[in-house]
Amino acid sequence: MSRLPGYRRALAGTQPEYLHPTYVSSRKRAPAQPLVYLPHTLSEITGPVFAPETVNVKACDLTRQHAGEPLGERIIVSGRVMDEDGKPVRKTLVEVWQANAAGRYRHKVDQHQAPLDPNFSGHGYAMTDGEGRYRFITVRPGEYPWGNHHNAWRPAHIHFSVFGPAFATRLVTQMYFPGDPLLPFDPIYNCTADEAARQRLISFFDWESTIPGHALGYKFDIILNGREATPMEK
Amino acid sequence: MTLCATTSQTVGPFFSIGMDRLNCAELAGPGVAGERVTIEGRVLDADGVGVPDAIIELWQANSHGKYAHPEDVQDKPVEAGFQGYGRIPTDEDGKFRFTTIKPGAVPGPDGKLHAPHIAVSVFMRGLLRRVVTRIYFPDEPGNAGDFALGLVEAGRRGTLIARRVPGVEGLMRWDVIMQGPGETVFFDC
Repeated sequence: MSRLPGYRRALAGTQPEYLHPTYVSSRKRAPAQPLVYLPHTLSEITGPVFAPETVNVKACDLTRQHAGEPLGERIIVSGRVMDEDGKPVRKTLVEVWQANAAGRYRHKVDQHQAPLDPNFSGHGYAMTDGEGRYRFITVRPGEYPWGNHHNAWRPAHIHFSVFGPAFATRLVTQMYFPGDPLLPFDPIYNCTADEAARQRLISFFDWESTIPGHALGYKFDIILNGREATPMEK
Repeated sequence: MTLCATTSQTVGPFFSIGMDRLNCAELAGPGVAGERVTIEGRVLDADGVGVPDAIIELWQANSHGKYAHPEDVQDKPVEAGFQGYGRIPTDEDGKFRFTTIKPGAVPGPDGKLHAPHIAVSVFMRGLLRRVVTRIYFPDEPGNAGDFALGLVEAGRRGTLIARRVPGVEGLMRWDVIMQGPGETVFFDC
């Protein structure tokens, strides 16, 4: 077995603790025992590889999945998947899902009294290109109420799921929008101690990807754990 | 290092919208070598109640102990029809079930072989980042000297080892207990 380096661990405070009591559903689902530190082995430095054929190139356009166009403000969400050294994460799968413009998910559990949109399913996927870039065309998701506490509302967000090169780099997160007045009140957004880490979940409005007369652009880069410089074997 | 890894957020309750397309509960296609096993279980919360909105992801080597990944440079065959990836959402009672082949032993960091195991991620509403655990197999001589099992206090190792269901060939049981008595061992990965 050749010596292969593991992946870096999170810097203190930059990832959420499991138990975050103001996020009520964490209380009975957060592990109570301390995690057991696992040095990375071949099982963690490898991970699922998806063939390019997995991805339908049209799946990145969430506005073209039905006969008509969805209601709402059309937006372009794009960015790069990189590691902590800024190296692109190429040919990795990115999955997204979101509420429609009215703040309603196409899901049987979502009973929010806002209309479903027959022209919007709210899911997309893409594979990053040779520079780690991805790009989705969608509509800006609406804010919506939830049952966590009195008058609780989730800020507008898009869910992202990214595999990266290894089991150790798997990430599921949420992208938020700049200037959202609900962010200071959201226990999920605020679950991470490090303020700068939280703020990196907020996308940037971006002129460069804005299409004149058509759609505003938002930029959201995703950073996966970088590689250790030293071999994992002692 | 110039950048900081993106913060994890919960998958929330509606992940099926975006994740269903890659669900996979039959990991091995027809003709893939190895001992077929079906593993079923439940994801349970602190009250022992089934978690109906969890999703489990699996990653494993084939029966030769080879991962279908460019960094596994062992001189062993990869197999068409076996990627080693699985994704199974729980049902309304927190149950999940998948069929695969028992993986072979893979190299460990101590120069010894890792006992056969499946790497597992679990995501759910209420979980702000995934939990990582492993499934090992019963009656496996390699378990006694396994690198990762050896990191775990003896009294908790059993939470990582599937149990045979008596009377049903190839059927095993393995639960994920999020919190409380019998809490599953989760790794800092």
